[in-house]
Amino acid sequence: MRFAVIVFPGSNCDHDCYHAMKHILGQEVDFIWHKEGLFQKKYDGVIIPGGFSYGDYLRTGAIARFSPVMKAVDGFAKGGGLVIGICNGFQILLEAGLLPGAMLRNESLKFICKDVYVKVINEQTPFTRCCNRGDVLRIPIAHAEGNYFADEDTLARLEDNGQVVFKYCDKDGKITSEANPNGSAHNIAGICNETRNVFGMMPHPERCAEAILGNTDGKNILASMLSHSAIFTGACSIRYTDYKQDR
Amino acid sequence: MEKIKKELEVTPELVASHGLSEEEYGRILKILGRTPTYTELGIFSVMWSEHCSYKSSRMHLRRFPTKAPWVIQGPGENAGVIDIGDGLAAVFKMESHNHPSFIEPYQGAATGVGGILRDVFTMGARPIANMDSLRFGPLDVPKNRYLLDGVVAGIAGYGNCMGIPTIAGETYFNEIYNGNNLVNAFTLGIAKKDRIFYGTASGVGNPVIYVGSQTGRDGIHGATMASEEFSEGTEEKRPTVQVGDPFTEKLLLEACLELMSKDLIIGIQDMGAAGLTSSSCEMASRGGSGMEMDLALVPRREEGMIPYELMLSESQERMLIVAKEGMEKEVEDIFKKWDLEAVTIGHVTGNGMLRVKDGGVVVAEIPAKAIADEAPVYDRPSSRPIYQDSIQDLNLDLLPVPKDLNDMLVKLLSSPTIAEKSWIYRQYDHMVRTNTVVYPGSDAGVVRIKGTNKALAMSVDCNSLYCFLHPKAGGAIAVAEAARNVVCSGARPMALTDCLNFGNPEKPETMWQFKEALEGMSLAAEELNTPVVSGNVSFYNETKGLGIYPTPVVGMVGIMDDASKAVTQYFKGEGDTIILLGETKEELGGTEYLRAVHGLQKGLPPDIDLKAEKALQDAVLEAVDAGLVKSAHDCSEGGLAVALAECCFRGEEEPLGCEVSMPIDRLRKDALLFGESQSRIIISAKPEDAGQIVGIMSRHGIPCSITGRVGGDSLKIRIGSEEAVNQPVMRLKETWLEAIPKMLRT
Amino acid sequence: MNAKVFVTLKKGVLDPQGKAVQHSLGSLGYGNVQDVRLGKYVEIKLDETDKAKVDSQLKEMCEKLLANTVIEDYHYVIE
Repeated sequence: MRFAVIVFPGSNCDHDCYHAMKHILGQEVDFIWHKEGLFQKKYDGVIIPGGFSYGDYLRTGAIARFSPVMKAVDGFAKGGGLVIGICNGFQILLEAGLLPGAMLRNESLKFICKDVYVKVINEQTPFTRCCNRGDVLRIPIAHAEGNYFADEDTLARLEDNGQVVFKYCDKDGKITSEANPNGSAHNIAGICNETRNVFGMMPHPERCAEAILGNTDGKNILASMLSHSAIFTGACSIRYTDYKQDR
Repeated sequence: MEKIKKELEVTPELVASHGLSEEEYGRILKILGRTPTYTELGIFSVMWSEHCSYKSSRMHLRRFPTKAPWVIQGPGENAGVIDIGDGLAAVFKMESHNHPSFIEPYQGAATGVGGILRDVFTMGARPIANMDSLRFGPLDVPKNRYLLDGVVAGIAGYGNCMGIPTIAGETYFNEIYNGNNLVNAFTLGIAKKDRIFYGTASGVGNPVIYVGSQTGRDGIHGATMASEEFSEGTEEKRPTVQVGDPFTEKLLLEACLELMSKDLIIGIQDMGAAGLTSSSCEMASRGGSGMEMDLALVPRREEGMIPYELMLSESQERMLIVAKEGMEKEVEDIFKKWDLEAVTIGHVTGNGMLRVKDGGVVVAEIPAKAIADEAPVYDRPSSRPIYQDSIQDLNLDLLPVPKDLNDMLVKLLSSPTIAEKSWIYRQYDHMVRTNTVVYPGSDAGVVRIKGTNKALAMSVDCNSLYCFLHPKAGGAIAVAEAARNVVCSGARPMALTDCLNFGNPEKPETMWQFKEALEGMSLAAEELNTPVVSGNVSFYNETKGLGIYPTPVVGMVGIMDDASKAVTQYFKGEGDTIILLGETKEELGGTEYLRAVHGLQKGLPPDIDLKAEKALQDAVLEAVDAGLVKSAHDCSEGGLAVALAECCFRGEEEPLGCEVSMPIDRLRKDALLFGESQSRIIISAKPEDAGQIVGIMSRHGIPCSITGRVGGDSLKIRIGSEEAVNQPVMRLKETWLEAIPKMLRT
Repeated sequence: MNAKVFVTLKKGVLDPQGKAVQHSLGSLGYGNVQDVRLGKYVEIKLDETDKAKVDSQLKEMCEKLLANTVIEDYHYVIE
C-alpha cells in the first residue's frame, strides 16, 4: 500500500509518520510538499502529521488549510480515501471543515507532553479495526491546543452517529474529568466524519508503535488503515497478534 | 581613508560607553593606524566583549583535555563533533542565555534554544535532542516564579515548535540565583561523519550569501550586555532583547540541511551573538581570507538602519554562507522553496580585510584576523577568597542527629531541588522524532539512533554549592556525576561540553574559583577519558556586587551499542535484589540535607577519588553489558535515602516499595541516609544474578553490598536493628510530586 | 485605508486565558473585575479607498481566515 505524508512548513512529525508507516509497517510512503495541488500517484491513505504548521500563528491549522495540497486532500477525502490527521493534522482537518468542531487552548494553558489513556468508543472505523470496543490504549499527547470544542448539537450528533472514536480515560477505562488532560468536551480525543474515512486524533499513535520505545499501542491504529484497503490481505490480524506479543 | 564615511564622531566618552578599556582602545588604534569609525568601534566592542572574545577565560580553557581518537572537532568551532561509528557523528554544544532570560524570561530562553540549535545545524547535523540546565532563586519569591514560568515556556515554545525533543535536564533552586538566574541550553545533532560543515570563508571571489530572517534593531549590544554586571537599571534594557521565531528557524533548518545535501557551499555560520559582525570576521579569519560586504543589500525589516546597527543587530534566525562561485542561483532556489530570503551581499577576498560598504561608501575596513583572533587575552589576577576557610568549616558536633529521620526524608523530598520536575518537562515535547528510549526523570535521557542499533545517553550536571565550597572538587564532581548518570543508563561516556557560569572575572576571587573549577573538571575529564569538545563561558553573573556560586555545568554524552539495553533508575519487580555499590563516608558538607533541613551551606563537599569513580563506571558498564542490571541510579542530592525513594517512585508507573538494611556503623545515621558520598550507585537485579554482579564488582575493586529487596508498599531502611525509615511509598511519592506545583500555586 | 479587526471567543466558549487573567487581576486587588475575555487584535493596511469594498473584503477575510467562527466572534473598524 502507498501512503502520503503531507509536509507543511512547520510540520515536525512528518518524519515520525514516515518512519512508522515505512519502517515499522513496511508500506510505501511519500512526502508531499504542501505546494502540490494534485497527487501525482495513487494513494491508499493520507497522513497529516503533527507539528506547528505555520508556527501555529493566528490559530493552529488556520493557515495550513489554505495550502494548495488541501485541495487534493479534500478531493481525496470526498472520493472516500482514508485521511488521518494527528495532533496538528487534526487541528488542520477541523479548520478545513473536514471534521466538525474547533480546538481551544488546553485548560491548564500549558503545553502538555505525557502518556494518556484513551478508550476505543467506536471500533467500526478504518482506523480502529485492530482494536476492540472498550480497549484502553496508552498513547502520548503533546499539544497546547487540544481542548476540543463543539456546540451541544454537534456533540450530540457526533455521539449518536458513532463519530466519537476515542475518549480520554483513566487506565482502567473510566471516562472521568481527572483523566481529561486538556478540557476537551465529552473527553473527546479523536473523531471521524460521518462516512468514517476522515479521522483526527490529538494523541500520537506513531510515537508508540515500536517495542524499543516501550509501547506499541499506537501500532493498532496505524495497522488498522492497512486492513481497510481493497488489497486487504489479513495484515490487521497479523499485526494485532504482534501487538499482543509486544505488550 | 577618505572613502570612510563620517558617522558619529568617536570620542573618549563613546569609547567608554562601548565597554572598551583605554588599553583596548589603544590596541584598536594600533591595528587600524587611525581613529576607528563608529561602525568599526561597534565591531571591535562586540567582538572584544567577554562574551565573544573569551578574553578572561581563553588562556585557562587551554587546560582542558580536548583530544581523543573519536574526537572529530574540538573547541573553537560552532559545536564539538565526535565519531559514533556507522559513518555517523554526534555534534553537540551547550550555551548560556542567562542575562537575556532574566530581562525577558520567555524570549530570552527561547532565543537561547534557537541559538544553540543553529550552532548545531550549521555544522550539517540534524538536531535530535535538547537538554537544559536551569537555576533560579527560591520559589517563595514571586519574581522567581515568574522567571521559572517564563523560562520554561520559552524553552518549550521554541523547542516544541522546532520538533526537537527536550529529553533531560536539571533545575536547582538557591537564593544565590535571586538576581541572576541561569539558563543553559544543550543541543545534540547527528550528521554524516564525512559531511561536517565549518564556519569558514575561502576561495577569492566566492559569494557571501545572507539567508534567513530580515535584520531589525533587536539585540543590538546583546553580546556586550552579557558581559556586564546587572545594576538597578538593567530591566530597562528590555528593547535589546531579541524575539525568537521558531517557525522561521524550522524552515531555516530544513533549508540548510537540504542545501548541505548538495555540493554548493564552502562554509556556513550562524549569526548569533554579535550577528553579522562575528559571522563575517570569524569565517574570514578561520579561512585565512578577507571578505567584502555591501550592507545596502542586507534584507531589513526596519527603516533607517545605519551600518552600525546592521553590523551589530542580533536578529535571530539568520545565517551567513560562503557558496561556491556560480552556485548562487541553486542556493537561492532552495531557500525560496522554504519561503526564506537568500541574498548575495558580498564576496571572499584575498587580502585578509573585512571591508564593509554601505552602497558605495566604505564604513569599515579591518584585518579580519585582528578582530577575531587578536582580541586581548587577560591573565586576570586570582586569589583564594578570604571567606573560603570559614565556609568550609563545619562542626558536626553542634548538629545533633535528628530523632525523626522519616520527617527529614519527607523534608528533602519536598525541597524543590530534589522534588519531581514534571511541571517543567511536561511542557517540553520529549518524544517527538520517536527516538526517546528513556524519558526525562531518570539519570540520563536516552535516544536511539535510527538506522543503527545504537543509542546516545546524555545528562547535564553541576552542584554549584560544592563548587562554591571547593571549586576544584566541585568541578571534578560535575564531570564525574554527569558521566555516572550516563553510565547508569547503560552508555559509555565519550565526551563533554560545558557551560561555565561565573561571577565577575575582574574579581580575583572569581578568577580563583574559575581556575580551580577548570582544574577539577580537567582532572576528571582526563581520568574518565571524556575530552571537552565544545563549550561556553558566561561571566558577570553578578548583581549589585553579589556573584552566583561558580556553576560549571557539564553536558556529558555517551554511547551504547544496543539501544534495547538502556537502563532506567526505576525498580522493576518485586523480589529483585538491591545492591549498593561504592563506599558511604561521613560526608555531610555541602549536602542538600544540611541546606534544606538545617539551613547550612557550608563544609567541605564530598571527596572524589577519580580512579575509584572510573573503576565503578567500568564495572557497572560490564554488568549492564552482561544483561545483569535491571535498574541503576546514582546517589546524589539527598543521598542514599532519596536515591532509594526515587528508585521506588518509578516515574509514571505505580510505585514499588523496598526493604533495605544497613549494618550498624560508626557513621552518624543522618550521614548514612542523606550524606552525598560520591561514586555510589544503587542497582537492582534478579536475585540469581546478584552473585555474578558481586563478582564483577570485586574484580574491579568496588565496595559492594547486597542491601535489600524490592517489594511491598513501603520504603523501609533499617540501620542495625533500628528501623530508621518506614514510610508508605505512595505518600512519599505524592509529597515529591506535589512539592513544586504547590509552591507555584501560592 | 486602515482596518482594526478584533477577534474574541464567542460568549459561552470557555476562555481559559481570560479566566487566568481575571484571577490574576483579582489577586492584585481588583476585586470588582467581573469577567475578562481575551482576544486578538489585527491591524490591516489596505491600498483601497472604496469603503464599501473594504467592508465586504474584511468580512470575507474574517470569515475565511482571521476568525474561526465555530469558536470566535469578530468585529472591525475601518478608518
